[in-house]
Amino acid sequence: MRARTSLLLGSLSAALVAFALTAPSLVAADKVDPVADAKAFQNFFFQKFPNVKHEDFVNGPYSMNEDMKRQWQEKEEFPPYEFALDAGKEMFSTPFKNGKTYADCFPNGGIGIRQNYPYFDTGEGKVVTLELALNRCREANGEQPYSYVKDEMASLTAYMAFTSRGKPMDIKIPDDPRALEAFENGKRYFYTRRGQLNFSCASCHVQSPGERIRAEVLAPALGILNAMPIYRSEWSGMGTISRRFITCNSQTRAIPLEPQADEYRDVEYFLSYVANGLPISGPGARP
Amino acid sequence: MSTTTSAAMKRTLPLAMLLALSLAPSARAANEADYRAAYAAAEAASREAAGMRNQWTTTASTLAAAKKAGDGGDFDGAVAAAKEAEALAKASVFQATSEKEAWKAMQIR
Repeated sequence: MRARTSLLLGSLSAALVAFALTAPSLVAADKVDPVADAKAFQNFFFQKFPNVKHEDFVNGPYSMNEDMKRQWQEKEEFPPYEFALDAGKEMFSTPFKNGKTYADCFPNGGIGIRQNYPYFDTGEGKVVTLELALNRCREANGEQPYSYVKDEMASLTAYMAFTSRGKPMDIKIPDDPRALEAFENGKRYFYTRRGQLNFSCASCHVQSPGERIRAEVLAPALGILNAMPIYRSEWSGMGTISRRFITCNSQTRAIPLEPQADEYRDVEYFLSYVANGLPISGPGARP
Repeated sequence: MSTTTSAAMKRTLPLAMLLALSLAPSARAANEADYRAAYAAAEAASREAAGMRNQWTTTASTLAAAKKAGDGGDFDGAVAAAKEAEALAKASVFQATSEKEAWKAMQIR
């Protein structure tokens, strides 16, 4: 009896020790650590594609396929986004009815700041994207907001991205639990399967970059937003980040959320943060 | 006919009759009340999916097809579509529920 009791006590203490040893790692696994996440995210792609230059990931499918890359480089001599870029430049400098311009709403007059968007607004407690900031600027100056998905919004963001070309993405996560929550929510959205096809963003852009889905070569998730907005041949026109998210959702047979929904803002925050250090290449052109 | 075959038939016949009887109610043409009940159930499941921010495009289009058939008086078609829409909506609810934890297995660490 005594032997059985001591055996039982022995097992119990062994179990307690084992639990005590594993508990911290369980907590650590659930702790939000954007720095570690970004490092792991970048390493994953750098190791998966050791021959791709790090700054080349922002060129999406062209970084994965030499033939496509050569065609794209030739196209860049007369890029299809050029009209949008010119229109965006003109719109950006044209005063609102009250005489003010977009430059009055942004740091550094809105020039060369694309790499800092989206940012976490501690006053509002939410992520603010460049598209959102542009429409807020318009509304604050008595103008009607633009559609978030294309046309004027794509032109404006194309011009702003162009003034930031080559600058490394530089997204900050302030020391605010709400900012960490937004990052975590974005991460969850990115990895969550949805739609009848049961795809997550990661199903295509983490598990299968470089592979073909029908005729298209899938882009890597790393740096995927650095090239936005894009002229997409499939759209026969320009599209914003909002348009890209909405289209991705529809393609998996999920009903898209409204443009600039909290989920989209958060996933943009997550994807931009993990691309920190990679250059802005927008506006881009894609098949 | 051998004795064995005859015995087998005797065993099978009641089963076949039971099967035929159990299928009989579904062979009845659906009426408007059946359609309305099936549509309401599909709509409720679809609302649940919407509450989870996880609706499928196919649920919406199948629900629309059910309504179109119902409005046109094709209640058999309407009930079939509504039931399909309900199944799709329930699958999307299941997906959203299981993904609350399952997404973690996908992430890069």
